[in-house]
Amino acid sequence: MVDTIVFIVAAVICLSGAFGVILARNPVHAALMLVMTLFGIAVQFVALEAHFLAAVQVIVYAGAIVVLFLFVIMLLGIDVSQSLEIGAMQSQKIAAFGFSGAGLAILGFLVNRVDNAATGRPPVGGAINDRTTNVSQLAGTLFDDYVYAFELTSVLLVIAVIGAVVLARKPTRAQVEAGGESEGSDA
Amino acid sequence: MEVTESWYLVLGALLFIIGGTGLLIRRNPLVMLMCVELMLNGVNLTFVAFSRMFSDIRGQTVVFFVLVVAAAEVVVGLGLVVAILRRQPEATADDLNVLKG
Amino acid sequence: MLELVWLIPAFPLLGFLVLLAGGRVLGEPRAGWLATLMSAGSFAATLVVFAGMLGEDAQDREFQQVLFDWLPVGNLTVEAGFLVDPLSITMALFVTGVGSLIHLYSVGYMHNDPKYSKFFVYLNLFLFSMLMLVLGNNLVITFLGWEGVGVCSYFLISFWHTRESAAVAGKKAFVTNRVGDWGFMLAVFLIWGSLHTVTYTEINAAAGALTNTTATAISLMLLIAAAGKSAQLPLYVWLPDAMEGPTPVSAMVHAATMVTSGIYLLVRMNYVLSDDALLIIAIVGAATALFAALVAVAQHDIKRVLAYSTVSQLGYMFLAIGSGAYVAAIFHVITHAFFKALLFLGSGSVIHGMHDEQDMRYMGALRKVMPITGATFIVGWLAIAGVPPFSGFWSKDEILLAAWEQPDIGPVLWAVGLVTALLTAYYMSRQVFLVFYGEARWNDPRPEGVEGPESEVHPHESPWTMWAPLAVLAIAAVAGGALNLPVVGDWLVLEHFLEPVFAHPHHFTSGTTTKVVLAVIAVAAGLLGIAFAVQVWLRRKIDSSRLEPKFLTEAMYVDATYAKVAGGPGTKGFDLAATFDKVVVDGAVDGTGRLVRKVGELIQPAQSGFVRQYAIGVAIGGIAVVVWLLSGTV
Repeated sequence: MVDTIVFIVAAVICLSGAFGVILARNPVHAALMLVMTLFGIAVQFVALEAHFLAAVQVIVYAGAIVVLFLFVIMLLGIDVSQSLEIGAMQSQKIAAFGFSGAGLAILGFLVNRVDNAATGRPPVGGAINDRTTNVSQLAGTLFDDYVYAFELTSVLLVIAVIGAVVLARKPTRAQVEAGGESEGSDA
Repeated sequence: MEVTESWYLVLGALLFIIGGTGLLIRRNPLVMLMCVELMLNGVNLTFVAFSRMFSDIRGQTVVFFVLVVAAAEVVVGLGLVVAILRRQPEATADDLNVLKG
Repeated sequence: MLELVWLIPAFPLLGFLVLLAGGRVLGEPRAGWLATLMSAGSFAATLVVFAGMLGEDAQDREFQQVLFDWLPVGNLTVEAGFLVDPLSITMALFVTGVGSLIHLYSVGYMHNDPKYSKFFVYLNLFLFSMLMLVLGNNLVITFLGWEGVGVCSYFLISFWHTRESAAVAGKKAFVTNRVGDWGFMLAVFLIWGSLHTVTYTEINAAAGALTNTTATAISLMLLIAAAGKSAQLPLYVWLPDAMEGPTPVSAMVHAATMVTSGIYLLVRMNYVLSDDALLIIAIVGAATALFAALVAVAQHDIKRVLAYSTVSQLGYMFLAIGSGAYVAAIFHVITHAFFKALLFLGSGSVIHGMHDEQDMRYMGALRKVMPITGATFIVGWLAIAGVPPFSGFWSKDEILLAAWEQPDIGPVLWAVGLVTALLTAYYMSRQVFLVFYGEARWNDPRPEGVEGPESEVHPHESPWTMWAPLAVLAIAAVAGGALNLPVVGDWLVLEHFLEPVFAHPHHFTSGTTTKVVLAVIAVAAGLLGIAFAVQVWLRRKIDSSRLEPKFLTEAMYVDATYAKVAGGPGTKGFDLAATFDKVVVDGAVDGTGRLVRKVGELIQPAQSGFVRQYAIGVAIGGIAVVVWLLSGTV
């Protein structure tokens, strides 16, 4: 009974946050709504016994990524971001409704058949057991089976950091003088 | 009423659909990036639900990697947004059509 | 020691690569010395292999070395291999020997040329290609060398390509040689089609199975190939113009080595040559010899005389092959290499000393200022004029004898050869007298429209790097006849050495009396030519103006006729080909481009530049994939 209540409350938080993100006029509000959704998902992770991921969800998503969003919004100035309101071309709206409609249709189809669409496969190698904690099991796969992928993600992050530095750098005086006339010669 | 894994799957799918819809209707590049985060979280929830469903820890491992990719994506995406908006303060995603064929 | 054969072409190849990479850094004169050293190394390697071959019995002097399978295609496998036998080693010996001397000569001759190191790059590449041609164990390797010497020849003819005439001459050589190359390729295809091999030893073993028609067809294709490379009628036109190249090139490429590769090819393929084809070869050779000798009589350019003389002498060699006297042909190749290289290098020394003057009418009396050049040139003159005991006499006499012994038209061929010998003696004497005797006409006023030297000419003797090769070649030109002396019983060294290479070793049937009478007549003809030249050009007793008719100076208008044919009806054909190229070939190419452009224009609107529209595309695609996956579970 508690499970059900937890799920329903968290789900409501998630969905209202999600709608808030796509409907809020002010990007700051959208960002705060995103935090709400992320918290709801963290609660769901706990309910699914993925404790480590729940913690990471809060720290990384809510703590770092959303803060980064807010930081950028503040950096660009509230005027710039506020002027952007919900607005879409007609065709764009139709496409969006088409997408959500189709998605919902598939969802309904799956809910109907979920029992035989995605079950009946025994765990292959990564079976969760009760003897050790969630963290140590996760670490076991991460630093053992997927250690190369894990190392590659660090490369990815370094590349992303360098890319961000290059992108965000102010053009030097020489570049400004050289590319002063032409659009898009540096960015 | 007992909570089964399929409930989580439905919730994840709904988040994904909402995120996708937002991506299609919003013009603000920042909000579009947030919508992408929503979609990724919907998928993450699905992975964790499957992990529980099949008692397979690897579902959670994948979520870990998705997290990393999402972080990288946000960093680069926001870098681009900053660079673009610094140049064209009023730009929306629809104004960035330099690559029009 | 025969295994060292790969070293022979490896030396010049190494020199080529080093000079190509660092020739400019080495600069003058080190680049030249390096190239000369590599050439000399090649000569030394040839000597070692030669010594190894002499250690074998006469019948075992055939050695093949396969480096690797070069072209394994279907059931055709072309090896990169060498064939060492008396024929190839003889050719390699004089190619590297004469080549080394000419390298040495070039060190001095090319002094102060802005493209000094590049010249030696070409020279080493040429030597490498020539050795591949000679040493290859199959027709394809020979063809590789054949094209290699060809390309070097074009490079070297148009070496001073800023001079328009040099560039045009290079082009002419290229176009003319393509005709010959076409013949070579067809011959290779025919041999492959009928014998299923391109390796010489296997061709020789299987040649007996060829029908007479096939053999004749192959032989005629080979003749076209040889006529192109060895400047025979009707493809000789490029050789006189090739004199635009630096003189050492004329000596090495266009007198001593490359132009004899046609002879080599025919001799190498002697198993295949049919009797009918041999007759045609003999006629072509005799006709070329006479024609070129006639034209040489009326040339004024010191090098053009020698060029036509080369064509004429090559005609002799073809005559020898046509008469079945392969040894005589190779013998003449060797002696000709000695004395013609000598003459060319001598003329180069004269040109060098005369500050690039080439017109013999403005020379004279050079014997006194250029004693070494003069003396060696005179040796070369006596050799080519067929004065015994100089080398030219022996080889030419053998060819004339072989022609005489031909059935049916033998005496006619002999008579043509005899007249040619007379003419040869005459025009060479004319050259010697004009250049080295008489009075100095160095600074005579030129007629209207002819450019004279910028300053007064003071001829001088050339440096030692130039006259040393002259001296060596002069000795060889005197003594070269010793290779194959018919007089002293068994002293036919070359004959016995080369004999195992031939399908039907040639034996002279005439008695000693006939031989002696023929030789005396030949010598008499040569002396008559010289005597006539003395009257005309030395003593000036006979008016010379009528002896140089325009008809001959213009080479019987062959070039002009070729130009007319190519320029008139020929151009129409080329225009037609150009139209075909423009409409059909270009049309296909352009059409492809236009098609792509049209398709692109059609789907261009899809690239609207709106990111969110792209997102819709992704969404539709994703939904489609999911639906497709789920459709399998229904």
